[in-house]
Amino acid sequence: MKDLESIKQQIEAGVAGAQVSLVPNDSPANQPSLLVDAAHGLAVATFLRDEAELRFDYCSNVTGVDWMETEQKTKVKQVFDGEEKEVEQVVKMPGYLEAVYHLYSMELRHGPLVIRLRTKNRTDEVELPSLTPVWRSCEFQEREIYDLYGIVFAGHPDLRRILMWDEFKDHPMRKDYVEPDDYEYEPTPHDEVLAKSKAHYPAEVKP
Amino acid sequence: MDEGLRNELSKQGVFTTTLSDIYNWGRRSSVWPLQFGLACCAIEMIAASMARYDLARFGAEVFRPSPRQADLMIVAGTVTKKMAPQVVRLYNQMPEPKYVIAMGACAISGGPFKQGYNVLKGIDRFIPVDVHIPGCPPRPEALLHAFMTLQRKIDAQEMSGKARPRHLDPDAPSEFPVPQFGEHDLVPSKNDKVWEPAVVVRNG
Ligand code: SF4
Repeated sequence: MKDLESIKQQIEAGVAGAQVSLVPNDSPANQPSLLVDAAHGLAVATFLRDEAELRFDYCSNVTGVDWMETEQKTKVKQVFDGEEKEVEQVVKMPGYLEAVYHLYSMELRHGPLVIRLRTKNRTDEVELPSLTPVWRSCEFQEREIYDLYGIVFAGHPDLRRILMWDEFKDHPMRKDYVEPDDYEYEPTPHDEVLAKSKAHYPAEVKP
Repeated sequence: MDEGLRNELSKQGVFTTTLSDIYNWGRRSSVWPLQFGLACCAIEMIAASMARYDLARFGAEVFRPSPRQADLMIVAGTVTKKMAPQVVRLYNQMPEPKYVIAMGACAISGGPFKQGYNVLKGIDRFIPVDVHIPGCPPRPEALLHAFMTLQRKIDAQEMSGKARPRHLDPDAPSEFPVPQFGEHDLVPSKNDKVWEPAVVVRNG
């Protein structure tokens, strides 16, 4: 397979207006990916599948990621009464949801290529284009992401919850999911369970 | 009947029994389980029913595909909240007398998934369970043991009086409310008439 940089350039040349950026990954897995802008998601996917040199004809896995709002602290120099001081500035970074696709080519035997699509935020603008029309194998996995993360896939042929029941309102894999308060006694609680145990059985938990 | 007298009589070749003994013998010797499994524990249940462990020795080899013909529900596996209403409904459709074995950590408590959002913390929240078997999964021997425990329980049941089983008591319920799918959890999340949370008591 070509390296990501040249695939990126190829996409930008092949799909007019597409914005692709490279997301490095410095963990031991070292699997960098391409971030594709949501508006051109479907066009880029079609391009990746049909382009003779790439031919990513198989999507093996789709998964969701929840990125919470983060705060970035930066030190900024400001002048107060003629004196220069260092002030900490807190910049709020908006959160977003992400769908990650793992692509392979059966025909050319290469892969994986990892592409990401990001929503605008985590609350109301959570729409992404569905890639099910390009890769049929995305259907159930996009439904699962819709169910557990709440990304709405526009153009999906059958977007319903797949694991939880239809009446269910929450998205359990989101980091701010609040689960039902139904803790029951456990003899050896630890971590988060210990915190629940302290709330429900205060006399039981030894300091 | 007095046990000593009965022994004495049987030495003389006189066999005595009681109506309830015969009745219970008949019931416990052909307990037909409902044929369904929910997760990995079901594999052990299948193993228990096959030649090597041979549940047929206890009269329970006839797994029925219809709840109308079943006497025993072996809840073998993880009961997710999405599946729980169906399990309760199947139980309601079984005719009395009916029994429940909760097999494995998942069915008795939620097991490895206890702290998750999607698994019921034990099927005994909605239906009465006669025998709980711990294990993940319990071996087929454990299921046989549960089965023998159930047979012992049936044997000890009386036909009249206060201790009579549910199916001989016209006032006892044989159906239990089916929980509804709510917006965040099952509604209700447990049946208070069937199950109460355990109270921890420490001595000293
Ligand atoms: S108790 Fe263990 S083996 Fe049984 S269903 Fe649960 S996870 Fe599977």
